[in-house]
Amino acid sequence: MTRSHRLPYGGRVDRSAPLRFTFDGVEYTGLRGDTLASALLANGVLDVAPSLYGRRPRGIATAGVEEPNALVQVDGPCSEPMRLATTVELYEGLAATGLCGLGRLDPTPDETVHDKMHIHTDVLVVGAGPAGLGAALTAGRSGARVVLVDDQPEPGGSLLAGRESIDGRPALDWVADARTELATQTDTRILTRSTAIGYHDHNYLLVAEHRTDHLGPHPVPGISRRRLWHIRARRVVLATGAHERPMVFAGNDLPGVMSAAAVRAYVNRYAVLPGRRAVVLTTNDHAYATALDLVAAGAQVAALVDTRPKPPADLVDRARGAGIEVVTGSAVVGTRCGTAVPPGDGGARIAAVRIAALDAEDAISGPIREVACDLLAVSGGWSPAVHLWSQSQGTTRYEDEQAAFVPAQAAQDVVSAGSARGVLDLAGCLGDGFAAGAAAAALAGFPAAAAPPPPCSGDRPPARPRPVWIVPGETGGPADWHDHYVDLQRDATVADVQRAIRAGMRSVEHIKRYTTIGTAHDQGKASGVSATGVIARLLGARSPGDVGTTTYRGPYVPTSFALLAGRERGALFDPVRTTSVQPWHVDHGAVFENVGQWKRPRYYPRPGESMAAAVERECRAAREGVAVMDAGTLGKIDVIGPDAGEFLNRVYTNAFAKLAVGSARYGVMCRADGMVLDDGVTLRLADDHFITTTTTGNAAAVLDWLEEWLQTEWPELRVRLTSVTEQWATVAVVGPRSRGVVAALAPDLDVSNDAFPFMTARRTRLASGVEARICRISFSGELAFEINVASWYGLATWESVIRAGEPLDITPYGTETMHVLRAEKGYPIIGQDTDGTVTPQDLGMEWIVSQRKQFIGRRSFRRADTARGDRRQLVGLLPVDPAVLLPEGAQLVADAEVSPPAKALGHVTSSYRSAALGRTFALALVTGGRNRLGETVYAPLPGGVIAATITDAVLYDPKGTRRDG
Amino acid sequence: MSHRLPEHPDWLWRTPDPRRSYDVVIVGAGGHGLATAYYLARNHGITNVAVLERGWLAGGNMARNTTIIRSNYLCEESAALYEHSLKLWEVLPQELEYDFLFSQRGVLNLAHTLQDVREGTRRVNANRLGGVDAEWLDTDQVREFCPIVNTSPEVRYPVLGATLQPRAGIAKHDHVAWALARKADEYGVDLIQGCEVTGFLRDGDRVVGVRTSRGPIGAGRVALAAAGHSSVLADLAGLRLPVQSHPLQALVSELLEPVHPTVVMSNHVHVYVSQAHKGELVMGAGVDSYNGYGQRGSFHQIEHQMAAALELFPIFGRAHVLRTWGGIVDVTPDASPIIGPTPVENLYLNCGWGTGGFKATPASGWVYAHTIATGEPHPLNAPFALERFTTGALIDEHGAAAVAH
Amino acid sequence: MLLIACPWCGERDELEFHYGGQAHVAHPADPEALSDGEWAEYLFVRDNPKGPFAERWSHAAGCRRWFSVVRHTVTHRILAVQSNHPTAADGTKPVTA
Repeated sequence: MTRSHRLPYGGRVDRSAPLRFTFDGVEYTGLRGDTLASALLANGVLDVAPSLYGRRPRGIATAGVEEPNALVQVDGPCSEPMRLATTVELYEGLAATGLCGLGRLDPTPDETVHDKMHIHTDVLVVGAGPAGLGAALTAGRSGARVVLVDDQPEPGGSLLAGRESIDGRPALDWVADARTELATQTDTRILTRSTAIGYHDHNYLLVAEHRTDHLGPHPVPGISRRRLWHIRARRVVLATGAHERPMVFAGNDLPGVMSAAAVRAYVNRYAVLPGRRAVVLTTNDHAYATALDLVAAGAQVAALVDTRPKPPADLVDRARGAGIEVVTGSAVVGTRCGTAVPPGDGGARIAAVRIAALDAEDAISGPIREVACDLLAVSGGWSPAVHLWSQSQGTTRYEDEQAAFVPAQAAQDVVSAGSARGVLDLAGCLGDGFAAGAAAAALAGFPAAAAPPPPCSGDRPPARPRPVWIVPGETGGPADWHDHYVDLQRDATVADVQRAIRAGMRSVEHIKRYTTIGTAHDQGKASGVSATGVIARLLGARSPGDVGTTTYRGPYVPTSFALLAGRERGALFDPVRTTSVQPWHVDHGAVFENVGQWKRPRYYPRPGESMAAAVERECRAAREGVAVMDAGTLGKIDVIGPDAGEFLNRVYTNAFAKLAVGSARYGVMCRADGMVLDDGVTLRLADDHFITTTTTGNAAAVLDWLEEWLQTEWPELRVRLTSVTEQWATVAVVGPRSRGVVAALAPDLDVSNDAFPFMTARRTRLASGVEARICRISFSGELAFEINVASWYGLATWESVIRAGEPLDITPYGTETMHVLRAEKGYPIIGQDTDGTVTPQDLGMEWIVSQRKQFIGRRSFRRADTARGDRRQLVGLLPVDPAVLLPEGAQLVADAEVSPPAKALGHVTSSYRSAALGRTFALALVTGGRNRLGETVYAPLPGGVIAATITDAVLYDPKGTRRDG
Repeated sequence: MSHRLPEHPDWLWRTPDPRRSYDVVIVGAGGHGLATAYYLARNHGITNVAVLERGWLAGGNMARNTTIIRSNYLCEESAALYEHSLKLWEVLPQELEYDFLFSQRGVLNLAHTLQDVREGTRRVNANRLGGVDAEWLDTDQVREFCPIVNTSPEVRYPVLGATLQPRAGIAKHDHVAWALARKADEYGVDLIQGCEVTGFLRDGDRVVGVRTSRGPIGAGRVALAAAGHSSVLADLAGLRLPVQSHPLQALVSELLEPVHPTVVMSNHVHVYVSQAHKGELVMGAGVDSYNGYGQRGSFHQIEHQMAAALELFPIFGRAHVLRTWGGIVDVTPDASPIIGPTPVENLYLNCGWGTGGFKATPASGWVYAHTIATGEPHPLNAPFALERFTTGALIDEHGAAAVAH
Repeated sequence: MLLIACPWCGERDELEFHYGGQAHVAHPADPEALSDGEWAEYLFVRDNPKGPFAERWSHAAGCRRWFSVVRHTVTHRILAVQSNHPTAADGTKPVTA
């Protein structure tokens, strides 16, 4: 057991709640309130996993989402790859393994649930640090709806890691009061463990909330594991804080080189001492607090190295007062690796730094001395977290005074506040937050008196930093500096950048692509601006501002696929639509087919029966006896109004205005380019009322299409369109013996052919008492009736048809049989025998294309290509061997011998075995097909060539003798 | 294990200032513009060429696509063009002396409905007849080829089979562009970045050059290769195009140990995904319905894409989206490109590739260079002329996606 | 997810709407009088500006009304919403946001 690095007091950890966990198979103990990283550090473990490409040892470098090294796989029923040890909250029994930048997908089914919430708010505040809390407080006091989101388990932001005071009390007491006040505001919601990951157009933000991760890996009953909040905000305040930058010097990647702010967080928030003998390297004021806090916690600070020749005197005095040697105008120019001190305390880690003075040009200007240490706390300056700001399309500008890119021009209704816009002192952040919250509320319509922020501890705006983008190596030039790491995860160095520039690369985008800098898991969160600084330096640019940053892309943190998918999985991936008859289909063993969103019975096999046998049986019943099909999925649209007939005239290629009341007519509609869009039967119920049917899969699109023309082209027509697909159940009773069944079902109806001819409809009351509309419509060529009843009665009516037909052995049939029956008659299926390049004429339907009226698409038929006589036309095909079935999709050629590449004459669109014909047959689209009747064509297939003769598309009962029974 | 990418060469290209005039000015230094410059030099000996780029070279759709390469298109004209492209892909790594990680790992196009099956078998048969490698796999064969695909019959849209083009695959997009750029530069082509075309120099009806943010540049011929911005440029020349620009988004995951051996596409469930060499999953989302030049789309497209991905690949549930981005795709009414002369003399057009431009890069450059050099279309791009919208002879790749019944 | 102000229903998420491309393109009064070229222009050619664009949307999952929007195709900012129907509550109006 190694010596504990846990401090005996302080921190936001619960010493009464020890938690056991394992890392890389070794068991350790941490405390509630720890992250995996802080718990590992408390146990002296620093070195997490080697780098992916260079296999360099790498340690925990930060305490947050910007972590470049400490990637882990978190075990569980379904393990999760690529989590950051710095953001994984410790729980009892946590088990994780270190990853060298490469995760592992676990094939175990994931039983956890992820869901989504959609909310509106007046003011959304992102970040619950001092600025964000201030903004939320003032906005909430105005009565505005406020949402405050923060990625930590508790509000406080940077205050959690510090020792500041506000209003004369410890800052965290003020935080607690603020939290209490926010909780009493009626319309304020605080989301903790919630990271704003995306900022999209029209003030639409996405927030990923981790709801049970801190409780363990198992599903928690009643609570989704993670939740994606979709928030539409009138105003947004981005108080997202700032990231501390690393510095680029030789050997800057050793375990033990850590962000100075992270060191402070480990000491103050987690009560962990990451090292016992530290050196602090800084370009700015902030790391002085780290040095002082380390000393206060009992560590030795061997040196504080400041790049600035003249740091603020008060800071230097305080540091020296604490016994720290302050080395000014200098930098760490190298590190030396050792094993941990004391031995056994973890793996490889920093053992010493080499310090030298730098001149004004950043060149080494003095002797080098080595200082032993086991921790190097580095502050390369602060980069406002402008990621969400940039996602919102706001611009940034480089501020020399701060050596940082700060928000410039807003593109949406948003402001940045606090360190997210470069305000780095506590008083400034509080003031900024209070003002931003009040302003946001006022702009959202909730004016509030701006309250002054509370006074806070001895803070003042920081002095100017001195960034040193590349600390020179002790020897050689940039091309030689292979251990000056710019991107740790990519193992990309100053030498790599120099090589890119020598290759001719000038754009920062090209250099980053050449070197892959910024593309790893951390997306360069902390190191991005440092990298820009390196590039600027090597390109000889005046400042990073002249080089510019690459685009910040969402999500702000990696976001799991499962969370983004939410509940739209399995059956909820796409709604399942069924008719009211569905229970019967299920009970009777139907095999279903997906048609659009519908489940339609494809066939009804008897026990042990093949599809072919079932279909043959069903076809025979329809052709010789009586059969029944659920046609309720067909789209049905009520077309109502004085101009309904005129409207349909303009839509369909054939005329409807003069259709008699009570009669039905088949119609085809085309797109404006003349290609067939849909077909179906339209029935006139009254002078001003038609009901038109569409294909099953096209119903919504056709309704949209009709609405579009009605509203945008012909607003003068007095017509209303209503989808009634779900309102009507349709039972098709088909076959030479169907009349008797319908007669039994509808005793009041004269079903004789004279009284009830083909393509007419009658209203009647069924024996069951149900009102019905019965139509003589046939999609099989046989005598057939379609019984339409309100959907409520669909199942009962279906069952009564089955009962009435029982003596005649009535047979239910599905889509497969429907297809065979219609194909025997040469009726095309739109979408199967057509493909969006087929005109009515191509289908042999010149008869349905009116020459006397205008309709959508008519003009297109005269175009050169559309008027060609040798377009692909629908024909029938009879395989020369009547037992051979042509595969649908087979290509057709003129010669039996063909060697690719060759041109096709056409292709098979439908192909079946026909009991009625006693053979196989097919429909096909063939170039100039109707002039080729009697010719033989060939289908070259992997198993050989199939020959077939071209025939008319209508193969069964071409004279139409059967439709009247 | 993850593969470190091969290193880029020590030298790529010059950064020249524009000269006063060139024989050919290509507008747009994306993949197609660069390939056109390369083949103008290689096939036609025309090297007095400038490629003008508003931003940085290959920073548009070339930097934003999902790198799928295949030629199994339905229409004969498309399949011929893309197959020419695939054959060029097969020789280009050697020819360009650049390892751009062209990996012929096959592409599966899944079928989820009987109509998908019909469309798939039609395409397989059409491809084979056209000399394009294609196979039909049943559900078991799909599982064998790509074990992580959920082939359970219990899912909302079960996998009923798939087409497989074994020679299809992926490549590393930046490397491809840079390989072409390096060779074009070697031939003497000037690649001029940060140079925005703001208008055309005209002599009567003829175009004789371009106005740019870096001054006027004379040109014997001007060739547009500006993808999503084609309409904007054509507008400067007084041309209206049958093209609409839409946002298209894509995303990558973090690096993951290899799980996905091929490329899977599903039109019905809206997924296309591969696992790149380093280990990241690369996926495309849907095209937004509205016009947009903002290089970003609506996030629900990404969410839907994730739902679709998990429907087919449950193992992806705990992968993470690392980065999303958007491009601008120029879409024509028949989803096929326009390549050829324009009504304006000396002005040439190559646009309308929609979501399919990357895979076409070499062939597009090949036939466009031919068209520019000779003034006449190559037989492979003759069917893709602007006139087809007048005659009605569309090359309708949407056609096969017709739904209903 | 754009936020679109339906003239009848108010501001709703983009998902409730169906896009209809360029606005104010009338079907030719007499198509038969047009040349093939002119007809092709109607069928296939639409403006595609980078900047403000008058376009059609239909509130497909709401009132099902078609209306017009002027939207900037780069910023996606909606500059105006215009109903095509006299019964809309508010005709043309600039959008303040």
